[in-house]
Amino acid sequence: MGTTPLIFNIQRFSTHDGPGIRTTVFFKGCPLRCAWCHNPESQSFTSELMVDADCCSGCGLCVDVCPEGAIALAPDGRARLDRGRCTACGSCVDYCAQAAREVAGEAAPPVEELVSLLLKDRSFFEQSGGGVTLSGGECLVQDSAYLEDLCARLHASGVHVAVDTCGDVSWERIERVAPYVGLWLYDLKALDDELHRSLTGASNARILDNLVRLVRMGADIRVRMPLVHPVNDSEESIGSTVHFLLDKVGRLPVSLLPYHAAGNGKYRRLGRAPREDFSAPDDQALERIRQRFVDAGFSDVEIGG
Amino acid sequence: MEDRAEVAAKAAGQDGAASAAPASFFDLERAQLARIDAALEAIRSHTAPCRTTSHATWEDDRGMNDRVKRLRHQSETTQPYLDMERALIETKTYLAHEGELSQPELRGMVLRDYFAQKTIRIEPGELIVGEKGRGPQAAPTFPELCCHTLEDMHNMNDREQVNFRVTEDDLVAQRDIIIPFWCRRASRERIMEAQTPAWHDAFEAGIFTEFYEQRAGGHTCLGSERGAHAGFDEIRAQIQDAIDALDYFEDDRAVDKHQELSGMLLALEGVQVLATRYAELAERMAADEPDRHRAEELAQIAENCRVVAHDRPQTYWQWIQRYWFIHLAITSETNPWDAYTPGRLDQHLIGYYTADVVAGRLTREQALELLECLWVKFNNQPAPPKVGVTLKESGTYSDFANINTGGITPDGKDGVNDVSYLILDCMDEMMFIQPNSNVQISRKTPRAFLRRACEVARAGWGQPAFYNTEEIIDELLNAGKSLADARRGGSSGCVETGCWGYEAYPLTGYFNLPKILDITLHDGVDPRTGKMIGIKTGDPRSFATFDELMDAYLRQMDYFIDIKVRGSNINTRLCAQLNPVPFMSLMTEDCIARGEDYNAGGARYNTTYLQGVGIGSITDALASLKYNVFDERRFGMDELLRALDANFQGAEFVRMKNLVSRKTPKYGNDDDYADGVMRAVFDHFHDAVTGRPNMRRGEWRIDMLPTTCHIYFGEVTGASPSGRLAGEPVSDGISPERGADTQGPTAVIKSCSKMDHAATGGTLLNQKFAPAAIEGDKGLDNLADLVRTYFDLDGHHIQFNIVDKATLIDAQKHPEQYPDLIVRVAGFSEKWCNLGRELQDEIINRTEQAF
Repeated sequence: MGTTPLIFNIQRFSTHDGPGIRTTVFFKGCPLRCAWCHNPESQSFTSELMVDADCCSGCGLCVDVCPEGAIALAPDGRARLDRGRCTACGSCVDYCAQAAREVAGEAAPPVEELVSLLLKDRSFFEQSGGGVTLSGGECLVQDSAYLEDLCARLHASGVHVAVDTCGDVSWERIERVAPYVGLWLYDLKALDDELHRSLTGASNARILDNLVRLVRMGADIRVRMPLVHPVNDSEESIGSTVHFLLDKVGRLPVSLLPYHAAGNGKYRRLGRAPREDFSAPDDQALERIRQRFVDAGFSDVEIGG
Repeated sequence: MEDRAEVAAKAAGQDGAASAAPASFFDLERAQLARIDAALEAIRSHTAPCRTTSHATWEDDRGMNDRVKRLRHQSETTQPYLDMERALIETKTYLAHEGELSQPELRGMVLRDYFAQKTIRIEPGELIVGEKGRGPQAAPTFPELCCHTLEDMHNMNDREQVNFRVTEDDLVAQRDIIIPFWCRRASRERIMEAQTPAWHDAFEAGIFTEFYEQRAGGHTCLGSERGAHAGFDEIRAQIQDAIDALDYFEDDRAVDKHQELSGMLLALEGVQVLATRYAELAERMAADEPDRHRAEELAQIAENCRVVAHDRPQTYWQWIQRYWFIHLAITSETNPWDAYTPGRLDQHLIGYYTADVVAGRLTREQALELLECLWVKFNNQPAPPKVGVTLKESGTYSDFANINTGGITPDGKDGVNDVSYLILDCMDEMMFIQPNSNVQISRKTPRAFLRRACEVARAGWGQPAFYNTEEIIDELLNAGKSLADARRGGSSGCVETGCWGYEAYPLTGYFNLPKILDITLHDGVDPRTGKMIGIKTGDPRSFATFDELMDAYLRQMDYFIDIKVRGSNINTRLCAQLNPVPFMSLMTEDCIARGEDYNAGGARYNTTYLQGVGIGSITDALASLKYNVFDERRFGMDELLRALDANFQGAEFVRMKNLVSRKTPKYGNDDDYADGVMRAVFDHFHDAVTGRPNMRRGEWRIDMLPTTCHIYFGEVTGASPSGRLAGEPVSDGISPERGADTQGPTAVIKSCSKMDHAATGGTLLNQKFAPAAIEGDKGLDNLADLVRTYFDLDGHHIQFNIVDKATLIDAQKHPEQYPDLIVRVAGFSEKWCNLGRELQDEIINRTEQAF
């Protein structure tokens, strides 16, 4: 993109995105629009205002302070935001008596600054075999130079770097950071391209191709599969994923990630409607899916993480 | 020694002297003793009251087998009750001997008489025998320290939390006997009278608390070779040798020493009498016992009591029984803060355990069963009833007996042994609020032990807490101990460090660091009362720099530290004069050799601790002033003071509240800006206290722990520049102010590690996790790695609450459904239902580390 990336969260003591105790950097912006995404604020490449409207006391302080005139008190007494006019400048945030407003997405600091921030938990990384995970959104679509510099500096400091990716990026971007990356957390959502398009808004061709090339490169990879009922957890859907892995890339470690609705509140705070029709496969179904992999000879199959 | 009552009877000529002539003084004394006997009979007629737990019957209670389940059930379903037996017997002793014996001898006699006359019982199935009071959950009172008013007694009975059943007969005894005899003698009155008006002003404002107000200094553990293993006859001979060696030609303290050593002999006789009485009781019960197996057990109990009444324990079982008698003696001769504890129980026991197992006398199962029986004994002893500020600073039934497991041996080897794992199994099974169990983790501790400890902790109720062996050794070396003595040390009570068996390290009170900023911002006046209680350090609006403000704050702090230290030095001496503890003294080196009491400086090492409270809150408050008023100039001092006085209420303060609450550097986020302020406050507090002489030939040092005092200190502290509202709790221990830490547990740990723990006598860090955050094997490893890393960074202590916020909220709404829910408060665990609403809220609102 060539512009300063946005970061919407830096999470320390991150324990589900790679081995050990990690710090995960969540970059803002993603080429996919997965229907089940639990971090909807990660999708857009620009800052966004998140408002917990349920908390609003109707004091009206935010109305007066908004430089764009984007906020008005609605007949129900609550502040209503015109997102078309909102620039996410954040002026209203400090004037909310309920602390119900926040801006998602801040410009990433200069690389050296970010690195020193990430190194703060170095003792924990070293004790636990952890490190730094770059996630998103999609970290690999961020400014390539920034990302390469970040990975190289972390690598030079002896920090294990994991990249959590949807894979829908140009191969050059992957190649550029690959020398510094110790582990790829590689998402596979659906093998059927039609289904993939309908669920994520994009084809899976480049994703599958990149995975094959990464494997050929000898990279350390863990495949992560979100399991969302009823869209991608059918026997057929799982079967085709297993076949693809066996045919093209081998028995990689697999994490099965059951859907959860923890992000629904965020949709509302972004003024969007969450999907109500998704659920996690039940425990029996999950176990069947896990067994499907085990039967096919996969030795490292975990649910969660 | 001839009983004074007998002398009285002889002098009266004939029994009764039923004439109309005025009663002689001897008659009056005899009548007093008869009155006490009648009161004893009355109070003894009441059986123990009951309470319910979630375990409806003993069968579904916890415990490895039916015996333990029954004992645990009895312990848990008995309502704590006031036990006047000790106070009444003590009054008889004073009537008989006050003025004829020296104070150490009188105190030794109090213990001897109590143990000779108290009610004793052996409960069905018990393997370890002895109670401090009349039975499980009986709480003796200590009128020589604190003579409760009738209002106090009603309050103990009626209050919702930490209550004690008080009967009408108890009230009558208190009204007619205890209050008239003790109200002017109680050391609490003497202590209060000895203080200056400035002290009273600060005490009433909630600047500090006073530990000697209702309890005695204690704070040590079993640790020396003599304390841990010697036979009581052997110790008697050693004391006698010390008496025989007194030099009445050259030693101007020889007479004092003789009195102290004689007091020790009396106290020691007391515990020997008690052990013998239990031996006789067990023998009688064995003779009447129809069940052959139980009869054999009772015979063995009798044998155990007979052996330890005189000799070294021969077996694992006897060692535990011996320890229990010592525990009863120390907690009966006075009312010491933090009861007493066996210290490194695993290391004391391992030799006996191994020998018994090799000889075929003991199985692992039996060893665990005896530990579980010992755990029941600890749980049977509620902390003596407290009232007023003392209750506020320590609102719990826990008496802080804190058992250490693991660590290293005095010669520097890994201290983890087979018994260490048994103790973990025992605490996991028993799930009691006391003993307050912990593990010491050293660099040599096997990962398996650390993981197992994490697994027990993950059950969520706060035990074991984790302590850092190497850091504790650093603390002790820094305080001038030899390496060998330092390795014998550990943390007792909540987190306070001492050299077990060799050191007296009483705590003296909590010190309210955030409140002093209130005073500073009002130029010496307490805004809550409008009273001038500090010194004039200038109108804060006139300060041009943050340094000027900081300087004013630190000068106020110095002023109050002087008041506190002066007051506690007085109290230390008064305690030594009024309440010597000959039994504690004979268990602690080098009191016998010096012929000097534990409370007077007889121990090899003597430390006095002052406990700083609210370091997180004061840091955030000062950091906010520095950042917002002086560095970023977001608003002026005047505007901030107006906001504080208005408790941030009103539209005009909305932005300011948001800025100070959410957009200002705060302690607990690994942010050097805030952590630098923390370090400046900490260093000053440390420097102002550490090294001062303490009237016991030792020095003052600091601890950073709150028990429940952060609630009380919060109640008396106005709104903080950090956005904390008036009356809300201040931060606990060295934990961040609640909600201030937004960067997760690693950031908290990093912030905390910027404090110089080794310069303290202990710090306390609470962390709360959602259960999901540490699920599975990986979660266990993460928890273990957090502990390890904190200790690599020289942290002293960390403990965990692992329970859903939703569960706690539900438990607050429906306490009846959670009678057994246990949470970690500060340096102790307590049942949820025993905590006041404010403390429950504080725990609910602690930052939950959930990812």
